[in-house]
Amino acid sequence: MREFDYQRASDVAGAVALLGADPDTRFLGGGTNLVDLMKSGVERPARLVDIRELPLDEIEPTPGGGLRVGATVTNGDLAAHPEVRRRYPALAQAVLAGASGQLRNMATVGGNLLQRTRCGYFTDVTQPCNKRTPGSGCPAITGEHHNHAILGASDHCVAVHPSDMGVALTAFDAVVHYATADGPGELPLADFYLPVGDTPHRETALPAGALITGVSLPPAPVAAHSRYRKVRERASYAFAIGSLAAALDVQDGVVRDARLALGAVASRPWRAAAAERVLVGAPADAATYAAAADAELAAARPLPHNGYKVDLIRNLVVAVLSELAEEAAR
Amino acid sequence: MASSTSSVITLKINGEKYTLPVDHRTTLLDALRERLDLIGTKKGCDQGQCGACTVLLDGRRAVSCLQLAVAAEGREITTIEGVADGDRLHPVQQAFLDLDGFQCGYCTPGQICSAIGVIEEHAAGWPSAVTEDVRPEAGPPSLTPEEIRERMSGNLCRCGAYVSIVEAVARAAEVRVDERPAGAVAGAKEAVA
Repeated sequence: MREFDYQRASDVAGAVALLGADPDTRFLGGGTNLVDLMKSGVERPARLVDIRELPLDEIEPTPGGGLRVGATVTNGDLAAHPEVRRRYPALAQAVLAGASGQLRNMATVGGNLLQRTRCGYFTDVTQPCNKRTPGSGCPAITGEHHNHAILGASDHCVAVHPSDMGVALTAFDAVVHYATADGPGELPLADFYLPVGDTPHRETALPAGALITGVSLPPAPVAAHSRYRKVRERASYAFAIGSLAAALDVQDGVVRDARLALGAVASRPWRAAAAERVLVGAPADAATYAAAADAELAAARPLPHNGYKVDLIRNLVVAVLSELAEEAAR
Repeated sequence: MASSTSSVITLKINGEKYTLPVDHRTTLLDALRERLDLIGTKKGCDQGQCGACTVLLDGRRAVSCLQLAVAAEGREITTIEGVADGDRLHPVQQAFLDLDGFQCGYCTPGQICSAIGVIEEHAAGWPSAVTEDVRPEAGPPSLTPEEIRERMSGNLCRCGAYVSIVEAVARAAEVRVDERPAGAVAGAKEAVA
């Protein structure tokens, strides 16, 4: 590991000033991803600015039924919060489906959004990787890619975003708040992650030198009836091979509102807008759910070894929506 | 601003203060084992995947291999050496002994620190990934074997002593409930709702 300077920030302005626009400086939150990447040599910062003590650890209800979550709130505290569990149960479930209890107590909301892919070529510095070393190539496309993207990928990178939390936040139209030396700003999560294209090393639209200060969730009554379902290769403590955050409002047998986002299928949490368009106004039955999944998956471009994800996601959508509709009918 | 790659830090571990110079690259795990001779905390994978290095930070379980020592300054650190009350073992330690919650013992300090955290998280009403209904109205889940397995999934045991580990955690959780002052359980439920 490269030697590095360490500074502890006590307020947001100070943290932003310490970072400056220095590309060799990183903010340190829980460190569960960054420290690991520093050990493997993927990240080689010259300086860390520790932001864990910033006063950004509150979860506050907002008018109308939304929530504002500070950037340094831990995953553990987020999933335990009564208002998160009441207003956005799929968000609590998504967080609880990720990592282990120890890691959830360390990891922060801001860091979760900025975590890097677990693609084995990205984390192995002896391998080419367009995301880590632009222009070096992507061995995953012809190599080990059983857990890589089926949507939104390019010839330059097929890695998936590993977050569970981000999938639920995407389904619920979360907005990312940040601070820069020029003042605060915000980005809808839908615009936060950049398309892969030929620049997979550029992952977010966050301005250089910006510090994520929090995430806000707009009021969404439909979210009170929501679920996160994660499919993985063992029962616990593994990254998803496919996941779904879904919320459904059914009245008189007709879908009135629906929110769907998919995980482990793309370089970012994937809002299933095409599926939502099929759902709203349609009969709440399995045929509709299947048609909605098919509408979203029409754009899927699976690789030789991850075609199973198309069926997996289709089944996941039908199963979870069926369960939500059944529960609503009780 | 002067750049420096090392600092003199003071760590609070098991109620004692330790002052030492550290290279910033030093993890809390390596500081404990290599610098302070607190070798109860074990190094397994060193990647946050096995749980052998689990300690309590401000009372909550965390993996010390991904925690930089310099960033742990100011926090209350509890290691396996600090969980007993003098000669009286912690209820989780006693339950692991009574129910054979280990074979080789290498993962055990991490298992015990993690279990202490699990029991506190559960007592505070935290749901888990296998909790059927996470809404606060549903009330706190009971600590079933399925709940224990899920909550302890960050601690691997290469000997495969899991069956006894689950029994030991369940036993220790019962002890905690029995020893809680009257009214404390109801209070915990109110805090959750």
